[in-house]
Amino acid sequence: MTSAARFGQYGGRFVPETLMGALEELDEAYRAIVPSEGFRKEMEYYLQEYAGRATPLTFCRNMSHDLCCRVYLKREDLLHSGAHKLNNALGQGLLARFMGKRRIIAETGAGQHGVAAAIAGAALGLSVEVYMGTDDMERQALNVARMQMLGAEVVPVSSGSRTLKDAINEALRDWVANVRDTHYLIGSVVGPHPFPSMVRDFQTVIGREIRQQIVEKEGRLPDAMVACVGGGSNAIGMFHPFLEDAVRLYGAEAGGEGLSGRHGATLCAGRPGVLHGSYTYLIQDAFGQILESHSISAGLDYPGVGPEHSFLRDEGRVIYRPVTDAEALDSFLYLSRTEGIIPALESAHAVALARVIAPDLGRDDILVINLSGRGDKDVAQVAARIEWCP
Amino acid sequence: MTGISRITRAFESGKSPLLITCMVAGDPDYAGSVRIARVLARAGADMLEVVMPFSDPVADGPVIQEAGARALSAGMTTDRLFSLIREVREHSAIPLLIMTYANIVIQRGVDRFYQDAARAGADGVVVADVPVEEAGPFCDAAREAGVDPILFVSPDTSPERLDFIISQGKGFIYLVAARGVTGVREEVAPETLACLGNIKKRTKLPVVPGFGISTPEHIRAYTWAGADGVIVGSAIVGIVGEFREWPAEMDYALQKFVKELKTASGHPDLEEVFVQP
Repeated sequence: MTSAARFGQYGGRFVPETLMGALEELDEAYRAIVPSEGFRKEMEYYLQEYAGRATPLTFCRNMSHDLCCRVYLKREDLLHSGAHKLNNALGQGLLARFMGKRRIIAETGAGQHGVAAAIAGAALGLSVEVYMGTDDMERQALNVARMQMLGAEVVPVSSGSRTLKDAINEALRDWVANVRDTHYLIGSVVGPHPFPSMVRDFQTVIGREIRQQIVEKEGRLPDAMVACVGGGSNAIGMFHPFLEDAVRLYGAEAGGEGLSGRHGATLCAGRPGVLHGSYTYLIQDAFGQILESHSISAGLDYPGVGPEHSFLRDEGRVIYRPVTDAEALDSFLYLSRTEGIIPALESAHAVALARVIAPDLGRDDILVINLSGRGDKDVAQVAARIEWCP
Repeated sequence: MTGISRITRAFESGKSPLLITCMVAGDPDYAGSVRIARVLARAGADMLEVVMPFSDPVADGPVIQEAGARALSAGMTTDRLFSLIREVREHSAIPLLIMTYANIVIQRGVDRFYQDAARAGADGVVVADVPVEEAGPFCDAAREAGVDPILFVSPDTSPERLDFIISQGKGFIYLVAARGVTGVREEVAPETLACLGNIKKRTKLPVVPGFGISTPEHIRAYTWAGADGVIVGSAIVGIVGEFREWPAEMDYALQKFVKELKTASGHPDLEEVFVQP
């Protein structure tokens, strides 16, 4: 295997032999098609005209005043579909169309990636089937209805823990059986090579825009940037264009009930191993059985993480910190009330970590938070958990 | 370890094609597994594939998934796998394969896993999610420990990769005979039969199809196509699942099924197939 398949010792291609042909084909198509002019023009059209890019980089006056530094939000919440997931879904959907594959399968946890895949399928004329754990289908009934309205078929997964991890297992099994006419539109920077690199490249539009926008507004690069990390696609999309610069990078993981209880803080509390095709940090027992993760936010509720994040953790290039359910909930309300922006619970983890690191910054230092999605989907859940102050 | 492995000797003994039967370690429980291994061996299986379950078995269909989940919730661990292999080895000289997933091997330490496998009496190890490109450390550890590293090919494997796999594998080549996960299929795919012939032209290693093989008809088709053995998995694991509350009936059903398969693979010369349950 070429070294491109690895991030240090992480990544690789740990899949059944039956998938190797499909991964080779995808890798070749990815390298030949994505840089081509035809693909880039189509992609530009879909991102700008259809999805609404570039998303704003909003200077937050109230938060800046409160945190005593210059705070910006990257507004992926304003992207069509309400989250960054669409960048990748459109990219891979378009690639599938170029490859002549007319059937898309996807997995989803909270339903955000499933909805993005359904949107991309409808826009691009591809048939879409989305694997979703039965527990998640119950918790996220609204997104199930959205996917169905968009013309996608939602396939219930009742094996294992009936959540995201099992939906990925089932999607991989489908792909093994139907590799010839099917593209697996994976939702994050996880899975076997080339998925972690490919999904990252479709998401780096976030970081590239930030770079241009912040230079226009401030005439220089930020001092610190924060993003939440489940699989890690919004974070790597934000961080990657800044890896060579003197910008401090922070990843907020799902601390759940705290690291001594149930959580999803893979990089903070896990150990390297193999899951879903790549070697990366995992939450597992002493014998290598994968344990169930927990987070208040379904999008961070995953016992693995993208392999490039494992590499960046070991290198010390990105600092990863856990944010508990309670802290995320507090920051969900904080951003809503301070700025009038209701964040997704996932993104609320990034806001919480930003509030933790802000005291280390000076008054003129620039802090950028990736607001990866909007919080409409979480309103009912949060309302049920908080005590309203009159 | 020196000399020829138990697996290679079994293929060379002329009783080809061999019947390789599969079981999930710890399903329905540890003691049940020890008994099932003995029943399969006495019923005429030529080799046993013992599956060490993993929480996320992406290569497996529902039957083996459910068996693995039962075993794990009954307390199966990698430590107990090696005790199981040791116990089976004490009673039988049958060649034993361990089948598992990469993370189970990696978390024990790749070298240590193969050393423990060899010490317990296993003869080969096959790892479902380790293709030849990732297999280097696994094959090295296997050779060091004196265990055969068994690798997969599929009808979609390119000629270049096929040659690479043949050069790295030992014991036999595991041909994935059905596109998709493990589980019972109705038909034998003609492309698999063609692929079998093609692989046999390129290597002296025995070639053994697995995945989807469950009936005497399947076995006759592969025997006709030149297979050196066949692996029957989900059909046997399914019997264990179906009869898990009734051990005597399970043993009877397993013996009967193995005898039928065995007749198809061309060894009707069995006297004591029906061991009293």
